[in-house]
Formats: sequence, C-alpha cells, structure tokens
Amino acid sequence: MKHKLMFALVSAALMSLPAGVALAQQKKADAKPAAVKLSDGMVKIGILTDLSGTYSDLAGSGSVLAAKMAIEDFQAQEKDRAFKIELVTADHQNKGDVASNRAREWFERDQVDMIGDLVTTSTALAVMPVAKQMNRITIVSGAASTPITGKNCTDLNVHYVYDTYALAVGTGKAVVKQGGDTWFFLTADYAFGHALEKDTTEVVIANGGKVLGSVRHPFPGTDFSSFLLKAQASGAKVIGLANAGADTQNAIKQAAEFGITPKQSLAGLLMFISDIHSLGLKATQGMYLTEGFYWDFNDETRAWSKRFFEKHKRMPTMVQAGVYSSTLHYLKAVKAAGTDEAKAVMKKMKETPVNDFFAKNAKIRDDGRLVHDFYLLQVKKPQESKSPWDYYHVRQVIKAEDAVMPGAKTECPLLKM
Amino acid sequence: MFELLGITPQALYGQLLVGLINGSFYAILSLGLAVIFGMLNIINFSHGAQYMMGAFIAWIGLTQVGQWIGDPGFSVSYWTALLLSPLLVGAFGIVIERTMLRHLYKLDHLYGLLLTFGIALIIEGLFRDWYGISGQQYEIPEALQGAINLGFMFLPKYRAWVIVASLVVCFATWYVIERTKLGAYLRAGTENPKLTQAFGINVPLMITLTYGFGVALAAFAGVLAAPIFTVGPKMGADLIIVVFAVVVIGGMGSILGSIVTGLALGLIEGLTKVFYSEASAVVIFVIMVIVLLVRPAGLFGRER
Repeated sequence: MKHKLMFALVSAALMSLPAGVALAQQKKADAKPAAVKLSDGMVKIGILTDLSGTYSDLAGSGSVLAAKMAIEDFQAQEKDRAFKIELVTADHQNKGDVASNRAREWFERDQVDMIGDLVTTSTALAVMPVAKQMNRITIVSGAASTPITGKNCTDLNVHYVYDTYALAVGTGKAVVKQGGDTWFFLTADYAFGHALEKDTTEVVIANGGKVLGSVRHPFPGTDFSSFLLKAQASGAKVIGLANAGADTQNAIKQAAEFGITPKQSLAGLLMFISDIHSLGLKATQGMYLTEGFYWDFNDETRAWSKRFFEKHKRMPTMVQAGVYSSTLHYLKAVKAAGTDEAKAVMKKMKETPVNDFFAKNAKIRDDGRLVHDFYLLQVKKPQESKSPWDYYHVRQVIKAEDAVMPGAKTECPLLKM
Repeated sequence: MFELLGITPQALYGQLLVGLINGSFYAILSLGLAVIFGMLNIINFSHGAQYMMGAFIAWIGLTQVGQWIGDPGFSVSYWTALLLSPLLVGAFGIVIERTMLRHLYKLDHLYGLLLTFGIALIIEGLFRDWYGISGQQYEIPEALQGAINLGFMFLPKYRAWVIVASLVVCFATWYVIERTKLGAYLRAGTENPKLTQAFGINVPLMITLTYGFGVALAAFAGVLAAPIFTVGPKMGADLIIVVFAVVVIGGMGSILGSIVTGLALGLIEGLTKVFYSEASAVVIFVIMVIVLLVRPAGLFGRER
C-alpha cells in the first residue's frame, strides 16, 4: 500500500515536471519586451540539403549541425531577449522537383521563414522562384552556378559561399600562371559542369592559354579511363576536371593508374576538403584548388572549426561554414529589423556587412552575391601534413573584387537598376 | 580510314581495350544475376549492394580490422580478401535466402524484386551511415602496381589482371553449370523440382547454395573493383541498372549470353565514348530496346 502511494506520488511529480518547465518558458516569453514582431510567434529556418546522396558529406548533416550551432549561439548571445527559433530539415535528393515541392509545403503549411543550404544548382534554381512568390528568403550556400545571381537572380535570395566564376578565376588563373597553358576539359554533362567549363575557358584564354578540346561524361560516371585516354591523346598540359564529388575522385585515381599524371597535370575545378580527405594526400598532393573557406586559416576559423569538429568528427567544408555564418547573419537581421517579413529582413542583411570567422567586411550585393575573399590553395605533400585535416598551403588570398564576377558582367536585372 | 574518323589506330586500340575491361565487370556481374534468375527465378535487385559489400569488406579488412582488434599492423591482404569477401557476402546471401526469399518463390517475380530492392536500400543506407558518402580508397596491391607499355597505350597491370581474373571465373562458372554433373542437377532442379527431388537430390539446399554463389560472384567483382573505383555506398547503385540491361539483352537466365553480352557491350560502350561520348550513358539502353523488339527473349534466351 505504502509502495503504491509512493509510486503514484513520484509519477505524478515526474509527469508534472515537463508541464512546469513549459509554463516557466511561457512566462519568460510573456515577460520579454515585444521588440520583434514575428508572423507566427517564432522564426522557422529550413535546411534543405542532400542528406543521402553524392553531396551529403560536403553539405548534408554537417550543414544541419552548422545551422543548429548558429541558432544556439544566437540564443546564447541574446539570452532572454532572443525570440523562439525552430529548425526543420529535409532531404531534397538533389532533385529540383522534390526541392520545390518541399519548399512550397514549408512556406505554405509550416510558415518557414528562410531556407538555407540548397546544395546542387538544380535545387537552388527550383526553390528560389517559389520563395520569391511566397515572399520568403533563400540563402544558397551549397550550389555553385553563376545564374543564381545572374539571369535567375531574385531580390530575396543570397548566394553566400562560392560560384563557378570564383573557382575559375582562382584555379584557372593560377594554373595558367604556373605554365599550364594548354587545357583539355573533362566535363560532367549537366548545367553545373557546362557552366564551370565555360567560365574556366574564358579565364584560360584571357590569361594567354589555349583550350585544345573537351569531353562530356555522363553524370554520375564510374569509369573515366576512356575519357582520360582522350585527354591524354590531346597532349594538353592540364586536364581540367569540370565535375565534382565522386566523379572527380574517380578521375584523379584513374589518371594516376594510367600513368597520365604526373606527365600531364590535373586541375580539380571544384574540390572540397571532404574530397581531399577521402582521396588522401598521396593521390592529390600538389593540386591547386579554390575554396571560400579553410578551417586552418587563422585563429578565428580554427576556433569555430574545432567546435564543429567535436560534434561532427569531421572538419567543416566551406558549405557548412557558410551555412553557420549565413544563418547567424539572418537571425541578427531579423532582430535588427524587428520583424520576420522577408523584404525588411533582406534590407537589413544587405545593409549590414558580414564580420565573422567566415568573411571579413563582406557585403551582400543587390544581385544577392556575398562579396568575400577566396583562397587559392595547394594540397600538401604527405610529409608536410602535421596533423589530421592539415591539408592545404594557402598560396594566395584572392581579393573579393577579383573573385566575384563584376557587376557589369552579370545578367541580373537587379544590378542594372 | 582511321584518319577519316578523326582517331589514330593507337587511340582506337586503347579505347577498345578499356571497353573490354569494363565489359569484364559487366560480364561477371550479369553472370551472377543470370545464375540467380536462371535457377531461382528471382530478379536479384540487391546485386549492386552485394557488389558494394564485397568491396567494402575488402577495404575494412585492409584498413579497419587491425584497429578493431587493437593491432594496427594487422591487415587482410588483397589476395585473402579476394577469397574471404565473396565467402562472407555469400553467407550473408544464404541467410537472406533462407529467411526471406524462400517464401516468395511461389509468388510473382515482382515480390522478389521488391524484397531485394528493399534489402539493397537498407544495406546502402547502413554503409552510408557508417562510412559516409565520399568513398574510401583501396590501394592497388603491390604486385600489380605499375603499367605495361603495349606500344599503343600504357596498360595498368591491375586492369590486365581484372580481365584475366574475370574471364577465368566466368568460364569456370559456365563450365560447372553447363558441363558437369552438379550443373546437370542444378538445371534439372530448375526445370522440374519435384521430379528431381524424387531422385533423392536435395533441391532446396541446391537453390540456397546457388543464390549464395551468385551473390559471391557480385562480391568477387566488388573486390576486383575496389582498387580502381572509389569504394562508396553508391558504387553498386550506379552500375546495377546497366548490368540489368546487359542481362536483358543477353537473355534472362542465359549463362553464356550474359558473359558474351557483357564483354560485347563493354566494347560498344567504349567505342561510343570515342565517337560521341554524350551518348555513352544511353547506348546500352538503345540496344536493349532494339533487342527487345526483335528478339523479346534476348540474344541468347529461349522462348518459354
């Protein structure tokens, strides 16, 4: 009898506990000054990314974690002045239609205010018009094609991290300057590969180099030996890899197997630190690449990246670092604007320069491009690497004005106004 | 003539050889599928995942096992993995057959297909969760590093080994099934299981072992592929659709058909890459459509 009573008491106490906590939170929220007016009482952020496919290592769950960290840091900074923030995530499977359907659902039913990450060009281009129509914000960190801030630009979108122009300017120019003046392209046969090939070709020619030819391979491919033999037969000094992820990895590996490298050199036009980690330094040493962020650049980048590493067990890619930085920038803009209405928030985002470990004094241009510095990197030799993830020499900081396509060259009508 | 086509004979020979190498992979994978379909009437959609498992087990043996058992110097060599990995994956296949597939023989093909497809998704998901999507690198074994200069191209020694190994395995399989007593039992078991059982032959056991063997072939191809392709959870999914097309063209269940078609399609695909690489992803399917129109049972298949 006594036992039963005890049990009832304890369970009653336990059951009332969460309710009590919730009540306390409610009171706190009530007591908060009504500085920020939110449409549904909270800010909802959606991370729409590739959680299962080719790009899930460079974005994926790492991007979700980065957004979570940004929200936690914002709440910690603001303490009880913070508003309620919720994070939702979904896998867009790198498909444009899946991405736009999910975005519509999030906007219409779940009152999501901002969608971030958007790795893969096709998904970014599919979600941007939906957001524009529903008057919500998109922040593209994962996708690369220049039309995102070119002919497809919208006034409610930010292209935060990198694009094919910056990659071409960085790697293309550097390699030509090193004497690699004849090129052959191995191009993934879809929008991103074509854009990258086109942008790099322009840079190579502008710097006095020549393009001897190119071959388009199916995406995704597995065996690249036929294409590599073609590249070998062309006699070009440099084989430009206008592809990404597993395709780039396989091409690099097989080029070594067929004795193409080191006679001809490879230029990986889009490579992430996750690719280098997977291929290893032995296979990639000496390669040039361009990134918008490197974890081991200075004390600030190291400090944040180590926090990220502790939770994710991998160092952040530029996409993941960009998701953190952009989410925090967005939340600060909501606070400053005093509302979550998209146009007002975007105005604040563009007025305020980004100043954190990711970018210094970087401003968002009217076409949505965040104008920030890039890094020309060279992969270290195995014996030069002192610790895990110590992969790059920073060969050059490419100044923002050189790395980003000049406003006069873009096709975005917003810049012409 | 070669100049007319815009390619030197040297380059053409090189491309043909590369096509033959890819064809060896198609042959050995489609052979496994054909054996399983011919004997069990199961369309094994988890073949790609089992190929991936074969590669992963080799990689785990080489790089991970040492750490697991606390002796970093210990590793399972490529040659051991070539034997061990098919055995392990084959055993896994036998478990699947005994516990799940067995109940579907009497039902429509579609059920087996759906079950194996689901299994493939689960296996891929697990490996993705454990090891990420970026893929792992497997070193080419020391004895096979380097290349042979053939005059018209550098043939990596490892690729030459792939052709030899897969041709030997393919021929041995064909020989066992078509020319030995064991093969005769197998074929009889498929043709008329009740009658064969009446002669005192354990048909269910034979079917289980056949499935295990087909799966082991996939794992064998996986180990062969590990040093040249990136070992990643999606490596099988990328390949399996093509392999199914190969099986359909060769004739579902035809052993010889799958070997010959695998090699031939590798060559055709290689040639397409030379002359119009944009079409190389679809050429096999175009051939599949034509073959299905002209000979619905496939090039080597028998109408039932």
